[in-house]
Amino acid sequence: MITRPRTVTLVALLLLIALVLLPLLAEKFTVQFATRILIMALFAMSLNLLVGSGGLVSLGHAAFFGIAGYCLALLSPPDHGANFWTSLPLSMMAAGALALVIGALVLRTSGIYFIMATLAFAQMLYFLLHDTGIAGGSDGIYIYVRPDANLFGWHPFDLEKFRDFYFVVLSVFVLVLIFLGALRASLFGRVIAGIRVNERRMRSLGFATLRYKLVCFVLAGILAGLAGYFSAAQFGVVNPDMLGWHLSGAALMMVILGGMGTLAGPALGAAVMLLLELGLQSLPAAGGIDLGKHWQLPMGIVIVLVALYLPAGIARRFGEADE
Amino acid sequence: MDLSTFLIQLLNAMQYGLLLFLLAAGLTLIFGIMGIINLAHGSFYMVGAYLAWSLSMQLGSLWLAIPAGIVLSVLLGIALEWLLIRRLYRLGHLQQVLLTYGLILIVEELRSIIWGDEVHGVPVPQLLSASIPLTDTLSYPVYRVWISAVCLLLALLLYVLIQRTRLGMTIRAGASNREMVQSLGIDIDLLYRFVFALGVALAAFAGMIAAPVSSVFPGMGNHVLILCFVVVVIGGIGSVKGALIGALLIGLVDTFGKVIEFKVGNFQLLPQLSGMSVYLLMAAVLLWRPAGLFGRNA
Amino acid sequence: MSEIILRTHALSRHFGGLAALADVSLACETRQVHAVIGPNGAGKSTLINVLSGDLPPNAGEVQFHGRDITGFSADQISQLGIARSYQKTNLFPSFTVFENCRLAAQSRLPSSMHFFRPAAAQADVNARARDALSQAGLAGRSDIVASELSHGEQRQVEIAMALATRPCLLLLDEPLAGMGTEESMRIVSLLRELARDHAILLVEHDMDAVFAIAHTLTVMVNGRVLASGTPEQIRSSRAVQEAYLGVANA
Repeated sequence: MITRPRTVTLVALLLLIALVLLPLLAEKFTVQFATRILIMALFAMSLNLLVGSGGLVSLGHAAFFGIAGYCLALLSPPDHGANFWTSLPLSMMAAGALALVIGALVLRTSGIYFIMATLAFAQMLYFLLHDTGIAGGSDGIYIYVRPDANLFGWHPFDLEKFRDFYFVVLSVFVLVLIFLGALRASLFGRVIAGIRVNERRMRSLGFATLRYKLVCFVLAGILAGLAGYFSAAQFGVVNPDMLGWHLSGAALMMVILGGMGTLAGPALGAAVMLLLELGLQSLPAAGGIDLGKHWQLPMGIVIVLVALYLPAGIARRFGEADE
Repeated sequence: MDLSTFLIQLLNAMQYGLLLFLLAAGLTLIFGIMGIINLAHGSFYMVGAYLAWSLSMQLGSLWLAIPAGIVLSVLLGIALEWLLIRRLYRLGHLQQVLLTYGLILIVEELRSIIWGDEVHGVPVPQLLSASIPLTDTLSYPVYRVWISAVCLLLALLLYVLIQRTRLGMTIRAGASNREMVQSLGIDIDLLYRFVFALGVALAAFAGMIAAPVSSVFPGMGNHVLILCFVVVVIGGIGSVKGALIGALLIGLVDTFGKVIEFKVGNFQLLPQLSGMSVYLLMAAVLLWRPAGLFGRNA
Repeated sequence: MSEIILRTHALSRHFGGLAALADVSLACETRQVHAVIGPNGAGKSTLINVLSGDLPPNAGEVQFHGRDITGFSADQISQLGIARSYQKTNLFPSFTVFENCRLAAQSRLPSSMHFFRPAAAQADVNARARDALSQAGLAGRSDIVASELSHGEQRQVEIAMALATRPCLLLLDEPLAGMGTEESMRIVSLLRELARDHAILLVEHDMDAVFAIAHTLTVMVNGRVLASGTPEQIRSSRAVQEAYLGVANA
């Protein structure tokens, strides 16, 4: 058992090196796809903070992902990019504020009520944006120019360049990974873990558990917003689907597939799912059915199989320690 | 708003609420008794509607399509429970959410493959196609009244089944004590299979009778599922009574929210934000009674 | 010189039509073991649940150090210095024995809302956990996962966790439940030692243990206090004999 953590660290290091070298060796589509994976990985890791660490199964996490994207869209003028250094914190704060409001309401429930309440609130937001005229309705808003990284005249990077964009996202990913790692081992992280295992006991030990759950919820929301910001910047368009439950469900799938409660498991899950989606979409027709078009059918089957036979996820099988 | 318009909206609210109740009753039964959260419930509603459309075209009328559809959906429910759902009993909420989410994708795509993606209409049966005149200019469709009547009848039947029969007693007991029910010699596997099939059939039936008024389209299961969840959260899990009250409340709030004009300062809140009114109601209930109006703490 | 640290007055709690607690008034003093005994269904566990804040009372008052704490939540009561152990073992089964106690000790920090302070590096928290563990007799078992312990050892962890929160009043709900003779004797001597500087409210069925260490006994029947007094008084009380003890034990 002593060599296991060493092996994992070694693999992680190799992976990091590979990720750093990627844009220098691969062409545009691959780098952009890798960027997409990293952004989804961020989103999945933020959900893992709730689900894996806290035991709170949320089906409305995309609300925070989407609201940050919308925030960027609203801050982006049509002819030049929003300032990166102001629009990013603002978008994250918007996500955090939303998480505070929703969290204060849904955390009064638990178990299945919690799952359903989170879903319903996310849908509320979806309908607000979809049915009313604010923020472009069902068509959404375009972001014509990516955020501008101008810092008092210095341009550390240009997000319009796909390689710069990739490296920025990769750096953010690594920073978040480090943050989440520290969080796990921190005083706060241990309280959250305790709440997950036995909340009643934590209360009788003197912890005001609701407070900690709310902070966890808000943190997870802020990190989801971080991912949503970059997703909006990458695709150049935001629409209500960014808040939809299909995205929340997909994120949950990534967390479980990769390994709940592990640190990098969700990132692995994101990679597997997106690669699977890409692969399934290029399937040829079989027996008269265009499998590529109906790729969600085999995807659904995979999800069902994972739910039944891989409850602990991939990362657990390969030795990443539980907390 | 004059009296006849009010009456029409009230009837609409009741019909909408009762239909929603049918769906929510299935969902809350499945969770209350089996402990399974079934995200694919809305998909069964959609399947019911598409069944109504395709069967009524093949068999000639909705009257023939409905019984055929019920039989098919019961079979579907039994098959799903035996194949997939029964493996979920020992797993946690997370696995249930995931599996039923995957089920949604599968059902959606199968529907797309079998029936295509177009929107369809289902004609109201000749017998029920009249309208009841209310005033010189306004009348109310008989079919909608019939929907409400059927839902009420089913609600009554459900009540009698659950509260007054031995089977219902077993169902209620199974909810609280699985081992005890088994030790009484009752086959809990069959019981659960029955409950699940009942839930699926209720959802599909709701879709079938709703088809003539709501038309048949691909996304119809999604929205209705969320509303179902809101009903169950408001009414309390496992409580069929709560599902009825919750569904009627939502029917009222949603219907009247669309026709009332409500302005605060310069902001036209209603009917513009009527889509949100239902969720605001849920938020209010959550603040006041986190376990729902009639729920025991899950 | 012992003072009254906890006092209840006319405490009541019902569930639907069933009165689990009715008009219960008693007091706990420092450095004294106050045992609560009675047949099953007498309301003893409900009493502990109400005192620990797991259940709110329907009527009556609870005072701690003269201060009204009626209706306080479980975490508020714990922070006041009242710790409880559970009758049905209520640990963190997937954590190690040490982590169970460390978490308990961590609860005494002014705030755990720190994202970067490593929990493992809190020296005084760790020390407090280790002390509690050795007091409870579990020093050598720190690194075992709690779910792998024997039943008796798990009961010891329950007590260690309560101790790690540095309480002045211990509410112990049947700490000897399901224990063998040797283990019971160990716990009894631990309790006797703890009574030297804690107040203890003990709910127990094991009469030998109760009569060995209790300073005060309260007998409950059907949610009410039947009698309260020294062990001798209770042993010789006719009413108690009839209701509970059985003549053979007199």
